Amino acid sequence: MPLDLLANVTIGGVLTGLVYGLMALGLSVIFGVVRVVNFAHGEMMTVAMYAAVLAFAWFRLDPLWAILPIGVLLFVFGYILQSRLINPFITRPEHSQFILLVAVATILTNGMLMIFGPDARNAQVGYAYDSFQIGPILLDKVRVYAATAAILVASALFAFFRYAPTGKAIRACADNQLGALVVGLDVKRLYALTFGIGAACVGAAGCLMVLLIDVTPTLGPVYTLLGFTIVIVGGLGSMAGALLGGILIGLSEALAGLLLVPSAKSMFGFALLILVLLFRPQGLMGKRT
Amino acid sequence: MALLEVRNISKTFRGLRAVAEVSFDVPEGGIVALIGPNGAGKTTCFNMIAGSFRPDGGTVTLAGRRIDGLRQDQICHAGIGRTFQIVRPFAQLTVEENVIVGALNATGSVSVARGEARRALDMVGLGPKAGQMAASLTLPERKRLEIARAMATHPRILLLDEVMAGLRPLETDQMVQVFRTLNRETDLTILLIEHVMRAVMALAGHVIVLNHGETICAGPPEQVVRDPAVLECYLGEEAL
Amino acid sequence: MIQALFDWPTPRALAVWAALAVCLLLAPLVVGSYALSVLVLVLYFAYVGQAWNVMMGFAGQLSLGHSLYIGVGAYVSAVLFVRYGVSPWAGAVAAMAICAVIGAVIGFLAFRFSISGVYFALLTIAFAEFSRIGFDHISFVGASAGLFLPVAQRTHNDLLHLRGSPVMFYYVMLALSALALFLCRALRGSKTGYYWLAIREDQEAAQALGIDIFGYKMRAVVLSAAMTSLGGVFFAFYYNNLFPEQIFAINRSIELILGPIIGGLGTLVGPLLGAFVLTVLAESLRSATDALGLNLPGLQLLFYGVCLMVVIIFLPNGIWPALKGRLGFDDDRRSGD
Repeated sequence: MPLDLLANVTIGGVLTGLVYGLMALGLSVIFGVVRVVNFAHGEMMTVAMYAAVLAFAWFRLDPLWAILPIGVLLFVFGYILQSRLINPFITRPEHSQFILLVAVATILTNGMLMIFGPDARNAQVGYAYDSFQIGPILLDKVRVYAATAAILVASALFAFFRYAPTGKAIRACADNQLGALVVGLDVKRLYALTFGIGAACVGAAGCLMVLLIDVTPTLGPVYTLLGFTIVIVGGLGSMAGALLGGILIGLSEALAGLLLVPSAKSMFGFALLILVLLFRPQGLMGKRT
Repeated sequence: MALLEVRNISKTFRGLRAVAEVSFDVPEGGIVALIGPNGAGKTTCFNMIAGSFRPDGGTVTLAGRRIDGLRQDQICHAGIGRTFQIVRPFAQLTVEENVIVGALNATGSVSVARGEARRALDMVGLGPKAGQMAASLTLPERKRLEIARAMATHPRILLLDEVMAGLRPLETDQMVQVFRTLNRETDLTILLIEHVMRAVMALAGHVIVLNHGETICAGPPEQVVRDPAVLECYLGEEAL
Repeated sequence: MIQALFDWPTPRALAVWAALAVCLLLAPLVVGSYALSVLVLVLYFAYVGQAWNVMMGFAGQLSLGHSLYIGVGAYVSAVLFVRYGVSPWAGAVAAMAICAVIGAVIGFLAFRFSISGVYFALLTIAFAEFSRIGFDHISFVGASAGLFLPVAQRTHNDLLHLRGSPVMFYYVMLALSALALFLCRALRGSKTGYYWLAIREDQEAAQALGIDIFGYKMRAVVLSAAMTSLGGVFFAFYYNNLFPEQIFAINRSIELILGPIIGGLGTLVGPLLGAFVLTVLAESLRSATDALGLNLPGLQLLFYGVCLMVVIIFLPNGIWPALKGRLGFDDDRRSGD
């Protein structure tokens, strides 16, 4: 195994993993605060990907810049979804919530199938095939840009939850819903806000994903599962865990693709999910509830 | 040999010692009350006896057989029936079906269990409501359902966790009557946690007082309620 | 348990069931081949929905990876038939045994490690997806190119080898559905059924009443797995081709839970009613779009999604419980609808 091939694949995996991590971050935020399992997470990302493809096709807007408008679009979508549809379900049994979101996911996926057809689409940016060369290491420009953007968005999110009053309020909700209500926080609005933020996150991740892979309508379930795998591996309720988990999954996928049969690489992710669920359900950085 | 022998049980939760070396006996056919201020460790003792968690130390013996460390369902088979402090009815089942589940502990036949269930329901006065959904009952009725359900498992000893809480005096008296009758007619042993002193005085032959996880007094009810240590823990040092 | 089977329902309910049975038995004589194929589909979904219902509606364990058992059941019986000439009936026994073991493994892993709710659902999805990709790479069963049964002849009914006309398959599926219904009815009124309901309602309270939670949950999972695998066997011999991408797909898993959820979780009639309503509506939709000359891939699944959403919002317990009251079947509580 030539060392530079290994190094290239490894770094490529880490960079891709950062984008995965951003997607999972959205999921972690939603699950950590609203305690709703967003089974439509991957589908929301797919919607964002199509939006980015369209933005590129119609306005020549580079997906990296599309993060802002698409993030806002997904934020609004998430906010409305939570406040109108999901809110009444918070007190319902878990399987009801799950099934509601399965329904949403099905509608989104097949809606996209009907609108865009089953063929793959992408956004062919000018630098799609360029790379940076650092010694023997060849880094795809798209991966580097995507990973950088992912880090920036994640950092903005960290800062928001750490320092902004609303961010702290949301964390309070997550820690202790009753307490939050008692001190007068508008929990419903904060939940909707959180879902919106999580959706915006996944929207940004979608824009970045479009630089890395082609989009088809059926990507949704695969990435929903990937998101959950990452969040569970990295630890629920831990934002750093989501990023770390993303990197780990990206890395293991890349290596599995290299060492095993490439089309079987996602098996590795599922095997990892099963193992983590069994042996360390709180994940690497999560707290045991 | 007493029916239930609890020896030096202890439980610590992350640095907080909830129960420390508590010992007591419950004689067969007797009614014993466990009292004490909130946070004294009473429910923790119950949970250790019923198997919700195992004691950190000490033993629990039922009819000569060690039961500490067994699973809850095994302990139920051994002969302990329990109620929960916050009632847990099977909401989507009817009142009768709830009790049938309990009765199935002692039989494999649903029709036999149904007969047992009817008997248990009649005893607590819920007979007429047998066909209603458990979710539609009021709180006192739910408590009675919980008791009927636990009784239907044919326990040798019934653990009652604050079943009188929230009841009006008349309802409390009715409940006391039910237990007195059960105890007299079926020799059912009862261990109860209670705050309602009215019930304790009327039912218990022996009272154990816990505070901060330790036994501070034990004896017949009249003696215990006059004990200075007991008064102090309820009313505070200054009140004395 | 057998005794519960003889808890006759009210005369009114009995009359309805009898009428339904007569209709279903005589259907092939009356309806055309298209309608017959729709009915086969209805019964298929009614059957696998009932099998899934055992685990979810009775014992409260949400599995979103049931396509695993359909797939394994299909592949086991198909491979045995194609490669070794084993009759599908013997193959079915093998399929049930293997799926029972798989179910036991998943159940053991989940329940020993206290995985429940959402995490359990994710675990089941992971296993199904793992198998999907796995089977894609096993050349022995045809990998992603698929496994094909020998060209079916539709004229001569060979029940032993499940080769024959659609009418034969119809009756096979009808028999399976009827058996499943009787089995579930008997279970519902038995100690096992009561214990399952208790576990579904409140696991810890159930345990305090002497119920071996682990044991009973395992029973539910294993039974559900074995029952579902028969659906897979039928699928293999009816459609004659198997592709991992299709049969293990998560869409399959979601498809088969729609019937019970829409019809009524935990009820006996639910899966049948749900399957009927969904299939009939979907086929009507398809006919309508065909008539308009539209070809919209994904419309049917979109429609399913909308149905699911409408039902879960307005009728969370499914159609049957709401309908039951209206039709006056409410007094029949004891035999479990």
